[in-house]
Amino acid sequence: MAEKIYRVNMTNLTTSTEPVPDKWLGLGGRGLTSTIVADEVEPTCHPLGGKNKLVVAPGLLSGTVAANSGRLSIGAKSPLTGTIKEANSGGTAAQMLAKLGCKALIIEGLPEGDAWYTLLISKDGVTIQEEQELVGKGNFDVVATIGKRTDEKHGIITIGPAGEMKLSAANISIKDPDSHLRSSGRGGLGAVMGSKRVKCIIIEPTDAKVEIVDQEKFTEANRAFTKALVDNPISQALGTYGTNVLVNIINEAGALPTRNFTNGQFDGHEEISGETMHDIIVEREGKPKHNCHKGCVIQCSQIYNDKEKKYKTSGFEYESIWAMGADCCVDNLDHIAEADHLMDDIGVDSIETSVAMGVAMEGGLLEFGDGEGICRILREDVAKGTPLGRIIGCGAASVGRAFGVTRVPVVKNQAIPAYDPRAVKGMGITYATSTQGADHTMGYTIATNILGVGGSIDPLSQDGQVELSRNLQIATAAIDSTGMCLFIAFAALDDEKCLPALVDMINARFGADLTADDVTNLGISILKTERAFNEAAGFTNKDDRLPEFFYEEPIAPHNVVWDIPDEELDKFWDF
Amino acid sequence: MSTNEISITVKLFAFFRENRFKQQEQTFPATITVREIIQRLGIDPEEVGVTMINSRHCTLDQTPVQGDQLAIFPVIGGG
Repeated sequence: MAEKIYRVNMTNLTTSTEPVPDKWLGLGGRGLTSTIVADEVEPTCHPLGGKNKLVVAPGLLSGTVAANSGRLSIGAKSPLTGTIKEANSGGTAAQMLAKLGCKALIIEGLPEGDAWYTLLISKDGVTIQEEQELVGKGNFDVVATIGKRTDEKHGIITIGPAGEMKLSAANISIKDPDSHLRSSGRGGLGAVMGSKRVKCIIIEPTDAKVEIVDQEKFTEANRAFTKALVDNPISQALGTYGTNVLVNIINEAGALPTRNFTNGQFDGHEEISGETMHDIIVEREGKPKHNCHKGCVIQCSQIYNDKEKKYKTSGFEYESIWAMGADCCVDNLDHIAEADHLMDDIGVDSIETSVAMGVAMEGGLLEFGDGEGICRILREDVAKGTPLGRIIGCGAASVGRAFGVTRVPVVKNQAIPAYDPRAVKGMGITYATSTQGADHTMGYTIATNILGVGGSIDPLSQDGQVELSRNLQIATAAIDSTGMCLFIAFAALDDEKCLPALVDMINARFGADLTADDVTNLGISILKTERAFNEAAGFTNKDDRLPEFFYEEPIAPHNVVWDIPDEELDKFWDF
Repeated sequence: MSTNEISITVKLFAFFRENRFKQQEQTFPATITVREIIQRLGIDPEEVGVTMINSRHCTLDQTPVQGDQLAIFPVIGGG
């Protein structure tokens, strides 16, 4: 099926399908969302106004049987950061959109009036329907209600009450293969969807297949690629302990931000660690391994059950557990799981909202460690949209302003996750220079600074950090365009067969002749496109800085401050 | 403990804990390397991803001193 651009104009409630312009043909995922946003969105526009556009795109290999290729990119100008934004997620939507031939879905304009809408995507294009039943519902109820209305096989992209309220920490949820949720979490893209009054997007199942130009070569390359992933010991540990295996090692390295970034180690680390979580999951008959999309061979997700052995949450990630755990000093995994479930249902980013809670605790709203208090505020304030709930639901910087707290861990208004930049300098470079505000996934230097993957660079030294972050940010932009899960990078960094197999798959899929250098150049061009958008929106090198307190307050146990000179940071863009 | 011996805290993580321990005070000859400690624990050094002494990365050839904390991790990742 020939790929098309599906366009929805919410101002006049019309839809169209268009051929893919030549300049977008070789792009997918983040490369495509960022290029479309840069091409069509005025950089200075209000993110919640009629000039912003929400762009949804599967990756270049999504919809094929390539292992781990089911990731979806969603882009727009972010209401949280004011920068360009791409949020990446698993779930079933990417593969379903790709099979329908939808290269990208562009939602533009704003409707007049108070009505809400649902978009239905099928092989014939998009239809817009007025929506009443789902309005005000949490994400789990949306998925259950649509399941009854259609069948369990439909794909769903939805916003919760937070998106409807246009809170800047609102995320977009994607249905996973078990009708649970995955999140395009960061940057408040749920608020952009809410501003367009689109409650949810329903994707019709299809038997159609994605075209592969050279099937034999594709199958062979996928075999080599899958083997590289499966053989990698990190993949195996991810399947057992999930990403939460990191709590103990980041704590041991003295880089686990604790008590709103005032310490690098948390006394309760063992209680919230991946090892403890694994034992609880097994004891309560949950699943330590779980895939967020069909074809994932790493399976870092899990099913975490409550004490009654009933489903509580999945995709229970290290960064969310750190934020609600160490950063808020909550050492009870059940409280953290309940908060995670609530945030998924309300539709807020579990990193942004939890870091906001840490700032609010410093502001005196709750005692540090009060996990039940956090859940109560999520239920009674954030979900219901009380003034306090809206302040928290607009993120850490919003809370800092409202409560007069100056220790606010954000870059470009987006909360810093899970790795203290004073104790892992490479991450500080990534947080400061990323085109999308503080985001660990943009250039995950933890691999080389802490885990010994792709070489080894001392986390406390200034040397080599800019180059490390730059190389990883370039590689990440390219991987985010393929539809691949970022965790293929662990194999790609240390197994020489992995990356060539990935390039071979792209070539076999499209009949192309790309080299590894072409893939690197794609990453470079994406970063430059995103940077140019931000500059046109008014950002300068002065925005590529960490908050003041990192320069002034040493963090234990290493008693280090952020000491990379500003001029070094500015060299990041010398490429 | 003689002057030729050191007492250090050994911490194990992830599946290295299976049939072993989370954390233990152990006594070793003063000249012992990290690699030798790993071998004494019955862990294959090939399976070791990261080692830290007092929260700083160390090599397998390093020699801990009295009172050190040695953390031993398998090859792990996340993010």
